[in-house]
Amino acid sequence: MDQSEHLHLIAIILAAALATFLTRIGGYVMIMQMKRIPPRMEAALNAVPAAVLSTLVAPAFVYGGWDVAAAMLVAFFVGLRLSSLWMLLAGWLVVMAIRHFTGV
Amino acid sequence: MTKNDFWLGVRGGFPVMVSASPFGALFGALAVDNGFSVFDAVFMSATVYAGASQMVGIELFGNKVQPWLIVLSIFAVNFRHILYSASITRHIGHFSAVQKIFTFFLLVDPQYAETEKRSERGEPVTFSWYLGFAMIIYIPWQVMTFLGAVFGQMIGDPRAIGLDVLLPIYFMALVLGFRQRDNWLPVVATSSLASIAAMHFVGSPWHVSIGAVAGILLAACLPLPAQPEEPAALEKPLTSEMEA
Repeated sequence: MDQSEHLHLIAIILAAALATFLTRIGGYVMIMQMKRIPPRMEAALNAVPAAVLSTLVAPAFVYGGWDVAAAMLVAFFVGLRLSSLWMLLAGWLVVMAIRHFTGV
Repeated sequence: MTKNDFWLGVRGGFPVMVSASPFGALFGALAVDNGFSVFDAVFMSATVYAGASQMVGIELFGNKVQPWLIVLSIFAVNFRHILYSASITRHIGHFSAVQKIFTFFLLVDPQYAETEKRSERGEPVTFSWYLGFAMIIYIPWQVMTFLGAVFGQMIGDPRAIGLDVLLPIYFMALVLGFRQRDNWLPVVATSSLASIAAMHFVGSPWHVSIGAVAGILLAACLPLPAQPEEPAALEKPLTSEMEA
């Protein structure tokens, strides 16, 4: 990365920090203004994290190669019972085993 | 400052620190893998201080997504904090203005949960306690990011040691963590399918915004669950999401 690209990244990080801080103080500011969020807006806001994150999961599963897909599938079933650290460990073991034994 | 409360907070935050540490190191390693320097990684951990959104940020940055979309996505992933800050407003009325700024800057998921629990038990939420709880998470988060980034720099090809598979699995874990929410399955299914299609027909990075908007619009249009009189969103502790 050259100098201008690096400054660019620093600017993105600072903007992200500001955006994050706004979410962390936003509820306080809002509650001083109004008492409730309209129900449909609340439903939409509730859906934001799962909706954004799904777009980072599903394409990796479909286009990431069969070794990644297998690892994600195993991690999914692990995740129904155990915490995310176990999911990461299980998925990692699967992908390493596949790459070791099949040379994908 | 009451010293006792501070150390009480430190003790309370300790288990959170232990469980968050691997994620701090993971973030550092993956950040370097996505083109960050060690300094950038620690800088992001220190200023943004929100694990899941940091992971989203480096993933999008590594994919050369437009800057506005990176910032917007980080904003979206952190949007839940609006509910937290609205909710803890009731407990921190006695803090000074400067203390409030620190309080909100440090408001991560477990911090919110513990503040709510503490006030529910009828124990005083003092700034000393809050700061103690926050510092035992915040400082190690920077240290672990640094160690992960230095370690990540020593590894040439992340694929060779299977690092590339960890981010999608991490995001899947986060998605699963939201599964108690209303409309979870239809939202996840819609956003997943829309992002797969958008990846194919439009291409990266647009699959993120197109997929996300599809799921959010669906949630806004689905029939609403029976609403209690109270502003429920500001009351609900989101206990299933208290990770990273």
